[in-house]
Amino acid sequence: MTTLAFTSTLSRPERATAATVRGAVAGAGLLVTVVLIGVGAFLAVAGWPGLTASSSELPLGASNFWALAAPLVFGSVWSAVLAVLIAVPAAVGVALYVTWFAPRAVAGFLAALVDVLAAVPSVVYGLWGLMALAPGLAPVYAWLGEHLGWFPLFAGQPSATGRTIATGALVLAIMIMPIIAAMCREVFQRTPRASIEAAQGLGATRWEVIRLAVLPFARGGIICGAMLGLGRALGETMAIAMVVSPAPFLIGFSVITSANPNTVAAFIAQVFPEAHDVEVSALIGLGLAMFLITFIVNACARRVARIYGEPR
Amino acid sequence: MTDTTVTTAATPTVSSSRRLAIESMSAYYGDVQALADISLTIEPHTITAFIGPSGCGKSTLLRTINRMHETAPHAKVAGSIRLDGVDLYGANVDPVAVRRKIGMVFQRPNPFLTMSIRDNVLAGLKLQHRKVSKTHGDDITEMSLRAANLWDSVKDRLNKPGSSLSGGQQQRLCIARVIAVEPDVILMDEPCSALDPISTAAIEDLMINLRRDYTVVIVTHNMQQARRVSDRTAFFTVAGAGEPGRLIECGSTEQIFSHPVHQATADYVGGRFG
Repeated sequence: MTTLAFTSTLSRPERATAATVRGAVAGAGLLVTVVLIGVGAFLAVAGWPGLTASSSELPLGASNFWALAAPLVFGSVWSAVLAVLIAVPAAVGVALYVTWFAPRAVAGFLAALVDVLAAVPSVVYGLWGLMALAPGLAPVYAWLGEHLGWFPLFAGQPSATGRTIATGALVLAIMIMPIIAAMCREVFQRTPRASIEAAQGLGATRWEVIRLAVLPFARGGIICGAMLGLGRALGETMAIAMVVSPAPFLIGFSVITSANPNTVAAFIAQVFPEAHDVEVSALIGLGLAMFLITFIVNACARRVARIYGEPR
Repeated sequence: MTDTTVTTAATPTVSSSRRLAIESMSAYYGDVQALADISLTIEPHTITAFIGPSGCGKSTLLRTINRMHETAPHAKVAGSIRLDGVDLYGANVDPVAVRRKIGMVFQRPNPFLTMSIRDNVLAGLKLQHRKVSKTHGDDITEMSLRAANLWDSVKDRLNKPGSSLSGGQQQRLCIARVIAVEPDVILMDEPCSALDPISTAAIEDLMINLRRDYTVVIVTHNMQQARRVSDRTAFFTVAGAGEPGRLIECGSTEQIFSHPVHQATADYVGGRFG
């Protein structure tokens, strides 16, 4: 009798609704998979001729596809990593200030301002980086080259225009900082009250509360934010294309010279309008390389977040 | 004779007596008054229990003693609390310094989950920037964990995280963490309410031992617990929602439970409340 009562608890309309919802969400999940596979398949098929093209058919007269792709992939990863290294401390600082130090009114205003930063189109950042930031930073690069030239990052002849990968990375950093800051703000606010009180009850100052209670719980969120930022920086086109003065086939770690590695996305944007025949395939092949890099970065990010994310 | 009496009255407390004098204390959360005009003396080397129905302000009063109350948004207090004559709400008193002298054990065990057991015990000392050598740290860890009746069960895993312990053990770790800084007073806010009966019995034994060295104040919902462990009991009540909590009476635990002065106290301890 009791078991029978359980089987009849869901009415027919309820069961129909449940089935509809299940179908709809499964469809949404399937859509993501189909889109990803579709894009990947297109890139692979359309890019294939480019991957095997000879020197005469490739942009810049590259000796083969890999000679073209390797420096660009390096440039994408290098500029994105630099941007994340600059943006994460700034974002953590802003988020800590907003959640723990600022007066309530200031905090709300500042948080809104950071969100506005995220909404500015990247072409605007590109213009600003090119016309204002680069000339402004040129003397800084000259100084760095003169006094810290022995350090690999600051080796070589400093750029007179300031259109270096350092300027590009700085613009990228400003663009990704809001995402990271928003993520950090969220996790800082979710610090368990019990942990905060544990630190306060022992006589911790505000900074000590942050160090003992807030940051250990926030580590996973900070890492996730950094990975989101890295993803955005890897794919960013306009800011780099406008700001950085590139040199072909360059792989180098100096960040202040006028010869800089280009990025995949910027290169595609710069070359595509003039490209024809196999060149187009080669550019699509570069797109495929970026597509795969994104997968690798995401996989690494998940791993890192799993290892360091849990408070230990 | 008269002279002697006057001198004694002028220096009412010996510096090590650790007597808490709460004078006309009111506490607010924004515009809501949580406590009205509480005056109460907490005797040194005794356990004082705060009892009363939910919302009567007993936890709030406890949190005014180590100035934790003011960490809540828009929280305010009026009145004074003196520890051996020094006003804890004096103009140049840093609340952080007060919390280093008056330790607190919370309702839910809250060890630092990311820290080892040993680091948890020494966390308070490190906050006070006391230089702790390896051997001195070992000694303090052992002494504090022994005082918290936890040493035997954790001595072989002091480097394991605090999260590896059971709830009752975590609470004893939190007590060890407070003992390690040798505070003047230990406050306990319903320390057993999240624990099973066996862990509760262990913590109650521990409280009775702590009385030798510390002035202890506990908030409890459990009248049997108040009766078992405390020397003195203060009964609080509240007229209704939105009303401030008030102190009805304070006396020896024996007197409060056997011969309460007020009918409200008699009703509450007799289980006839509400």
